[in-house]
Amino acid sequence: MDNLSVAFRDSKLASLLTEKLSKYRGGKINIMEVCGTHTMSISRYGIRSLLPEGINLISGPGCPVCVTPLYFINSAIELLDEKDVIITTFGDLMKVPGTSSSLIMEKARGKDIRIVYSPLDSLKIASENEDKRVVFLSVGFETTTPVTALTIRKASEEGFGNFSVLSANKTIPNVLKILALDKDVKVHGYLYPGHVSAITGTKLYHELAFQYGIPGVVAGFEPLDILHGILTLVDMINGSKKAVVNEYKRVVNEEGNKEAIKVTDQVFCPCDSVWRGIGNIPLSGLVIRDEYEAFDAWKVYNLKPCIAEETPGCMCGEILRGKLKPTDCGLFGKKCTPENPVGACMVSSEGTCAAYYRYQGV
Amino acid sequence: MQEIITLAHGSGGKTTGDLIKNIFIKHFNNDILMKNEDAASFILSGRAAFTTDSFVITPVFFKGGNIGKLAVCGTVNDLAAVGAVPLYLGCGFIIEEGLPLKELETIVEAMADTAKEAGVRIVTGDTKVVQKNAADKIFINTSGIGIIPDGIDISGYNAKPGDKVIITGTVGDHGCSILLEREKFDIYADIRSDCAPLNKMVGEVLSKTKDIHVMRDPTRGGVAATLNEIAVQSKVGIKLYEDRIPVNDQVRGLCELLGMDPLYMANEGKMLIIAPEAAINDIMGVLRNTVYGTKSCIIGEVTDEHESRVVMKTVAGGNRIVDMPVGDQLPRIC
Amino acid sequence: MCLALPGKIIEIKGKTGIVEMMGVSREVSLELIRDYNLGDYVLVHAGCAISKVDEEEAIKTIELFNELKEMDNG
Repeated sequence: MDNLSVAFRDSKLASLLTEKLSKYRGGKINIMEVCGTHTMSISRYGIRSLLPEGINLISGPGCPVCVTPLYFINSAIELLDEKDVIITTFGDLMKVPGTSSSLIMEKARGKDIRIVYSPLDSLKIASENEDKRVVFLSVGFETTTPVTALTIRKASEEGFGNFSVLSANKTIPNVLKILALDKDVKVHGYLYPGHVSAITGTKLYHELAFQYGIPGVVAGFEPLDILHGILTLVDMINGSKKAVVNEYKRVVNEEGNKEAIKVTDQVFCPCDSVWRGIGNIPLSGLVIRDEYEAFDAWKVYNLKPCIAEETPGCMCGEILRGKLKPTDCGLFGKKCTPENPVGACMVSSEGTCAAYYRYQGV
Repeated sequence: MQEIITLAHGSGGKTTGDLIKNIFIKHFNNDILMKNEDAASFILSGRAAFTTDSFVITPVFFKGGNIGKLAVCGTVNDLAAVGAVPLYLGCGFIIEEGLPLKELETIVEAMADTAKEAGVRIVTGDTKVVQKNAADKIFINTSGIGIIPDGIDISGYNAKPGDKVIITGTVGDHGCSILLEREKFDIYADIRSDCAPLNKMVGEVLSKTKDIHVMRDPTRGGVAATLNEIAVQSKVGIKLYEDRIPVNDQVRGLCELLGMDPLYMANEGKMLIIAPEAAINDIMGVLRNTVYGTKSCIIGEVTDEHESRVVMKTVAGGNRIVDMPVGDQLPRIC
Repeated sequence: MCLALPGKIIEIKGKTGIVEMMGVSREVSLELIRDYNLGDYVLVHAGCAISKVDEEEAIKTIELFNELKEMDNG
C-alpha cells in the first residue's frame, strides 16, 4: 500500500458512508469524540456538515492545551526569570494565555523559547548549550507521555545535568468515567482515540462499555475511519449493544504497546490532577517518580502551582464536558475569538470553540 | 576591498562610493543608474502603478533563492497583480556590519539576474550600514513603478458571483522551504522556494484577454489569507474544492507531519486569478504554456452565498470554513 | 493530542531509524517498538515510532469499505 493515509481519504467511499449515515431517522444520539486530534480531523474534513440532525458530535476533554491549568503556563513563564533557562515546547502551547502573558509574548520580549517537534530534540539543545539549562514543557496524554518518559530516561542514562521537564501529563480513563456519570451530558457512545489506544490497548474501555453501558469504537483519524466509526456506533447504540469495537486494527491491538507502557511506568506514577474547567480528578495525572527527581522541573526550580482564577463568564468547563455548546457561552465570538482567546477551548485550534468558530454557519 | 561590510561603507565617503561602484552599479548596470544622481528621472506615459515592499527574510539564503531575488520578485509581482507592466525599481539596503562582501555580492547578482529576467531596471538605490545586531544581516526595501495598459480594471473589489478562481501552480512551497531552513526540526524534504517573477506570464495572459477581475499573489498567510481579503473586499463568498488544489507531495507530507495547512503557507511565485467563466479557457490555455504556470488549476468559484467567507468542500465531501489566519501558523503535536 | 503519521523504515541505525512519511523523512527513535525490519511501516509521533502499522489489516479495512460499494450496487 503506497500511501496509507490517502487510501483512507477516498471521496467515493466517504460519499457512500455519508449516504448510509443520512438514512438515520432515530432519536437524538450524542457521540463524544474524546480526542483533540479527532476534533481537528472532524473540523478539517467538515464531517459535522455531513451528519444528519439526529447525530450529535460532542467534543470531549482530550485536548491537552484545553485542560492544562492556567498555572502551568504561569509557572513556565516564571521559569524564564531565571537567567540561563531555555524553554522547549510543542508549538501548541505558544499562544495559550496565562494570567498576564503567554509564551509567544515572552518570546517577543527576547526570552529563549524554542519550538520542538520531539521532546528528544530538547536533549540535543541541552548538549549544544552546556552553559544553559533546558526545560521541556510536557503536556499530553498516553500517546505523547511515553516519548517524554523515554527522553527523561535517556537524560538519566546519558548523565544530562542541564535538562529537566515541567510536566502536566494526564490520562484518559478516569475523566471518561466522570463524564459517563454526569447526568447533564447524556453520552450514548464514545469515539475512542486511536493513537492513545495504540499505546494503552483497548481493555481500558471495557468498563465503560459493560459497567456504564456506553458502547465505543476505537477509530483512526482519517475521514473514512471517523465516518465508519460513527456508523458503527449508531448501529450499536440503536441495537443497545454494549461493546467496544476496534476499527483501527492496522495500528491498535487489545494489549497495546508494552515497551511504551513500561517506560511510562518507569518514569511516571499516577497522581490526582486538576483539569481546567472540570476540576480535580483522582488519579488522572502523572508525576515524575522520585528516582528521576533530578529531571523534575517542579522540584529543581522549586515551583509552586498557584491556582489561578478563570475569567468570569468563561464556559469552557461546561463546554469541555459537553454540557454546553460554544454558542451557549456569552463570550463566544464576542470577547473570545481565535485572535483574542479567553478560555482554553478557543486557544487551541483543536479546542471545541476554535473548531466551532471555523465550522459554524456551513 | 575589505572582506566584510563595516560602518564605513554606510558613511557616505569614499568607501561608500567604492561599494556602490564595485557591487551595485557593476551588477545593476543601466544608463539611468550610472548617472548616479540623487533621484532617477524618466518619462512615463499612461496610468502608473506604484508599490513598495520590505524584505527581512531569515535565512537570507534558502533553497530556490535569496533575499535579493525575493526583493525583485515580490515588487514585480505586486505590480503585475494590478495588471501593470513593471518598469523601474528602487532599492534601499540596510546592512548589518559584519556581513561578508561576498554574500552581499551574491544577493545583488541575484537581483540583477531576476531584474533582467523580468525586464525591469533598478534605477535608484540607497545603502545604510547599522551596528551589529541592529539588523538581521540585511534588510531590503524595494519600490516599483509600472504602467497599466488601457482596458485593464483589476482590483480586489471586482470579484463577481460566477467567476472562477485559478491558482497558477502548487501551493505552500515557499513557506515550507523557509520553515525547514529556519527551524531545526531535522526533517528532510526536497522543497524549494517557488520565488519567481510573474510579470511576463501575466503579460501573456492579458494579451489574450483583459477580462480579468482580480489578481493577487498569495504571499504571507497563503491562499487562505488572500482569498479571505478578496471575499471581504468584493463582498462575495468564495468556494474552494480541496481535491483541485495542487500541492507538491513533499509539501503535503511536511504539513501533515507538523499539523500545518498548505493553504496558509506563503507563496512567492504564484498568482491567484479570478475571472468570469467565459474567459477561463483562454486564461488557462495561455498559463499552461508559460514556464511558471504549467501547473495552473481552477480551484474554485465566487458565489453570492456565505458573503465574506471562504468555504472549502473537503475530500471527504464535507464543508469547512477556511478562515483568516491569526498570526503565524505553528507546528503542533496534538 | 495524537498527531501521528504512518511511514516506512528506510534505514536503521541502532536504536533509531530513518522513516519516510509522505515523501519527507526524519530520524526517528525506534526504542518504543520491537521486531522491526527495513521496509516495515510504523506510526510516528513526536519523533518516535509508537506502533507498527499492519499493512495487511489496512488492506483488509479498505476492502471492507469497498464491500459497501458492492452492497450498494447489488
